[in-house]
Amino acid sequence: MERRKERIDRGVKVRSDGIYALNSYREVFYLAFPRLIPILGLLVICPLFSEYWKEVFVSTAVYALLAVSWELLYMGGLISLGQSLFYGVGAYIAGALNAYWGVPPILSLPIATLVGGVFCTLMLLPVLRLRGIYFAMVTLVLPLLLSRFVEATRILGGTEGLTGIDSFSSQWVAFYLVQVALLVAFFGFRRLEGSDYGLVIKGINDNDRAIMSSGINIYWYKTQILFMAGAVGAFAGAYGAHYDMFAGIPGFALDYSILPIAAAAVGGMGSFAGPLLGAFILVPLSEILRALGALRIVFYGLFLVFAVVGLPEGLFHFIRRKYEQIERWVEVDKG
Amino acid sequence: MSDVLLTVSGVSKHFGGVVAVDDVSFELKAGEIVGIIGPNGSGKTTLVNIITGFVRPDKGRVVFKKEDITGKPPYHITDVGIARTFQMIRPFYQLPAYKNLIPSLFSPRVRRLLGGKYGDRDAVAMDILEEVGFERDSSVPYKSARNLPHGYLKRLELGRCIALRPEVIILDELFSGMSIAEVTSTVPIIEKLRDEGIAIIMIEHRLRELFQITDHVLVFNFGRKIAEGTPEEVMNSNEVKEAYLGSEEIEEEETAC
Ligand SMILES: Nc1ncnc2c1ncn2[C@@H]1O[C@H](COP(=O)(O)OP(=O)(O)OP(=O)(O)O)[C@@H](O)[C@H]1O
Ligand SMILES: [Mg+2]
Repeated sequence: MERRKERIDRGVKVRSDGIYALNSYREVFYLAFPRLIPILGLLVICPLFSEYWKEVFVSTAVYALLAVSWELLYMGGLISLGQSLFYGVGAYIAGALNAYWGVPPILSLPIATLVGGVFCTLMLLPVLRLRGIYFAMVTLVLPLLLSRFVEATRILGGTEGLTGIDSFSSQWVAFYLVQVALLVAFFGFRRLEGSDYGLVIKGINDNDRAIMSSGINIYWYKTQILFMAGAVGAFAGAYGAHYDMFAGIPGFALDYSILPIAAAAVGGMGSFAGPLLGAFILVPLSEILRALGALRIVFYGLFLVFAVVGLPEGLFHFIRRKYEQIERWVEVDKG
Repeated sequence: MSDVLLTVSGVSKHFGGVVAVDDVSFELKAGEIVGIIGPNGSGKTTLVNIITGFVRPDKGRVVFKKEDITGKPPYHITDVGIARTFQMIRPFYQLPAYKNLIPSLFSPRVRRLLGGKYGDRDAVAMDILEEVGFERDSSVPYKSARNLPHGYLKRLELGRCIALRPEVIILDELFSGMSIAEVTSTVPIIEKLRDEGIAIIMIEHRLRELFQITDHVLVFNFGRKIAEGTPEEVMNSNEVKEAYLGSEEIEEEETAC
């Protein structure tokens, strides 16, 4: 006798491709529960945090915005190694509007989001035809280039940056604003993913010739997702500029590019929940590890390696499988 | 009598030292089926790629309804009304069969033709799949393309074309990899499309079935169009006999398939 693991879909999920037959409140709950976690977690539980952890939460949410923005590009086959481009551009636009012309956050945020999205799209438009690693290289270089440009020309405060940017009217406004933004981006992108539009975007990634021969201009669609991803990233930057009351060259720092990718790797690529989850693990973890001083980066690195090696599919996909399927050991006759 | 839809004139393409297509010209009229035959590597697929914008010709022009479409991108060419299947099938493997038609139904062309009211795309997709022989009440249309037999995937390619409501359909060896029964049931679908006024180019190695539905055939060899005419005319021409190394071989191939 041998034993083997058997996986069975939970009976609740009567599935014919996204259409569920729901028969009881229990089944409704079964489906709604995972979707309620981010909403309740953000809006209800986080406010109970101490001031220190609220700060950590804000920075987590900013990274999470960059991570879902990263995932949108990934869905369309665009690998971004330069999420900091979006962040930095958004931060500088909002920062300049506020520092030079006194534009309040209520206006500078939406302007920076839109203008930043357009600006980043225009910067990447010439290389949109490049695929895979070539596109990635350009995204890696652009933020470095822009930071050197600011340094050399001394515009926008040069190496000093723009200081004295207005903060939000209260800590509560800042706190809830970023939560709502994150929820809107997250559920908005998820909705998009499930639509026919999302199907086409994913099709571009794995079968662009078939999409083209369906009469769809893949470059126009890539431009659209670039704008959406850029706008979300620019919002994160604009928010960050007001929150930190500072916009400067650090906005183009590698951290903003690397963490979203690490979050996607740990949480699981191929769904928006993965990078979101990843960001909510990695950023707080990095805070906890602060106590270790110089060894922090070592442990952080080890965690990353173990997470990626141990769960190559990503934590989210692992959890989802456990949630949706019952596993049990069954005895099987050999031969 | 009917209007010329597509004109290919003097088209050539070489890859390195290989001349894949050599000074080819022909015309295609609405409601007509033109067959293209020729040995392996004679440039048939390259010609399709030139017409549909996947390959830019070195010389020559492709004109569709008075518009010069030479070297235009593939999505533009589909958008004006030329749909194709791929010899090397390109389904969306991870999607259910009927979802494979969504990109076509979502395309600007179809949305334009339907004037904004495109209703339920999934339902339209199911109708088209039924048209190309997917059993509607079975689980087949819901199966992911990964799990479908090759013959179904070929017909899925045809379904993707039909979904685009094209004026010209180019079928690159649609029948290869299909069972005899599948070919027999696919022939009437193609005839129906022709009767609706769609112009069809069929590249085929299965001559018997091809000759049943077309009376105009082009023969290719080494990138050149070496003969053109009715199946009988073409089969009796000396160049064609030479190209196929003797007429017996044609008979053989005809019966083998
Ligand atoms: N992208 C390419 N790069 C280089 N050579 C190519 C390319 N595409 C086709 N060829 C060459 O051009 C010639 C014609 O190929 P093509 O695929 O058009 O032939 P075919 O008639 O479709 O053959 P088959 O019946 O096997 O499908 C072949 O010699 C092939 O090797
Ligand atoms: Mg071919």
